[in-house]
Amino acid sequence: MLKVESVTKKFSGLVAVKDLSFEIAKGQIVAIIGPNGAGKSTAFNLITGTLKPTWGKVTINGHDITGMQPYRIVTRGVARTFQTTSLFDQLRVIDNLMIAYKWRTKLGFWNTLLHLPSWKRYQERAFARSIEVLEFLGLTAKANNFIPTLSQEEQKRLAIGVAIVSKPQLLLLDEPTGGLIQDETDRITELIRKIRDEQGITVCIIEHKMQMIMGLADRIVVLNYGEKIAEGSPEEIKVNPDVIEAYLGGELNA
Amino acid sequence: MFTKPIHTKLLLGFLFIAALFLPLYVPDSYMFQIVITSLLFAIATSSMNLILGYTGQASLAHGAFFGVGAYVVAIMTKAGWSFWIALPVSGLVATGIGFFIGLFAFRTRGHFFAIVTLCFGVILFQVAENWIEVTGGQNGIFGLDSATPIPFPFFGPIEFSSQPAQYYLVLAVLLLTLFVLHRVVYSIFGLTFMAIRNNEELADALGINTFATKMVSFAIANFIAAIAGGIYATILGAVSPSAISIMITFNFLIFLILGGMATLPGAVIGAFMIPIIMEFLQFMENYRMLFFGALLVVVIIWFPMGFFGGLKTINQKIIAWRQSNTSEDSNA
Repeated sequence: MLKVESVTKKFSGLVAVKDLSFEIAKGQIVAIIGPNGAGKSTAFNLITGTLKPTWGKVTINGHDITGMQPYRIVTRGVARTFQTTSLFDQLRVIDNLMIAYKWRTKLGFWNTLLHLPSWKRYQERAFARSIEVLEFLGLTAKANNFIPTLSQEEQKRLAIGVAIVSKPQLLLLDEPTGGLIQDETDRITELIRKIRDEQGITVCIIEHKMQMIMGLADRIVVLNYGEKIAEGSPEEIKVNPDVIEAYLGGELNA
Repeated sequence: MFTKPIHTKLLLGFLFIAALFLPLYVPDSYMFQIVITSLLFAIATSSMNLILGYTGQASLAHGAFFGVGAYVVAIMTKAGWSFWIALPVSGLVATGIGFFIGLFAFRTRGHFFAIVTLCFGVILFQVAENWIEVTGGQNGIFGLDSATPIPFPFFGPIEFSSQPAQYYLVLAVLLLTLFVLHRVVYSIFGLTFMAIRNNEELADALGINTFATKMVSFAIANFIAAIAGGIYATILGAVSPSAISIMITFNFLIFLILGGMATLPGAVIGAFMIPIIMEFLQFMENYRMLFFGALLVVVIIWFPMGFFGGLKTINQKIIAWRQSNTSEDSNA
């Protein structure tokens, strides 16, 4: 589905991502791991258009999306979350979700001003889908809450919900459980699995929590100093000497 | 999704009736004139609120678009066009100029956007002052007719030379403006404006074309500002470079900050109350600016959301407090 081909990103001499290639097949959960500064988030930014690659090509279902604006890449079915929980904190929960559905509608100035039938139809559709996602997240009771009244975990769930409200094919999650305790991490892990199984969305995830990733991912891509050093199933990664050398140390055997 | 409580509706109804009968109890024609210009400023400030308050883009060219409207109406009516044609044309001209400015200005963000628009505002002022054949230079254009009468069956034509007629014209335009802004703000379309103000990077990542959305907000704001300026020209019967000067922008800005940004009533309250308070402070002469300076500092530091925004924040805090209470109950 998603294909990254020899993507390279240089920041005035510094090579952040070097000749990175990998593929994500439909229905998989793929993890990108690596030490801090390995280029994981940069790789995400290159896929979603926040950064333009110096070289290389990104395609989704065969369509070239390299260097497209982020808002257009979303319309090709690639949604993302940010490392720091990113929400519209001046607005209500339901507003956050409806904004994210907007590109699926043709809501504009004139149909909004005149309350045309199309306005009503789109507005209702966005509302219905937002409620559906709220139920899926288990946040229905908080629909009219303002963001600061939500707990840390609820905010992280909502940030994921905002990304899936427009029914993307591929969801990129940048450290969705950062700063959460074990129980909360388990619940988010469960949510990610449900997103794949019930919503049929392919997931690519950046994470530091090894135990969680080993249990969740179908495939793992390991980055170090901007280069891919290994790729494979969790079992393969666990015993890969390069990975253990570069990143994991003896941690996994413990 | 977006309904108002009953007491808000009652208050709005009361204000509407009070506004309808205002010509009956306004003390004198001088005060009446201040009320009329305040309403015009309320229209322009409300539209500035859309781009600045709701979309978060500090356009300091807003007064210039007000001035563009005034000049277009003055030039066109002087050339013999009907006011009712000149007025929408003035809106379209301002939107067109705004589109051109936006192409450059929206490449910048935050303070830089404010500075770029400020520069364009100054350029428009310079054009008004120096393009003497068209704008009359520093003298401006004077001796404008009041708005062309509208022929009306049975009652005869509606004339706009009297103060009450001008008042109702301006009031109708203000209500129309608030209607348009209300429809925009309380919709998913309007939420995208607030999304850009709140977190532009996230809005972009959620499929919102931030550049186009800002352009649309800018266009609506500029169109309405020009309409207000056009009516201003016809009511004063003259236009001079002071109508397009940077002081106009800063007046709107002060109205908006004191009244309450990102609230529909705030812009109207600010534009209406401040000129009237100014009148009551006449005895202080130039020292009243000192008073306003101090007031502005106090508001910006302690009530950044202005008068109405302050009320709204308190209201939201109560709602949030109730929400956290009920969620604690349900967790228990």
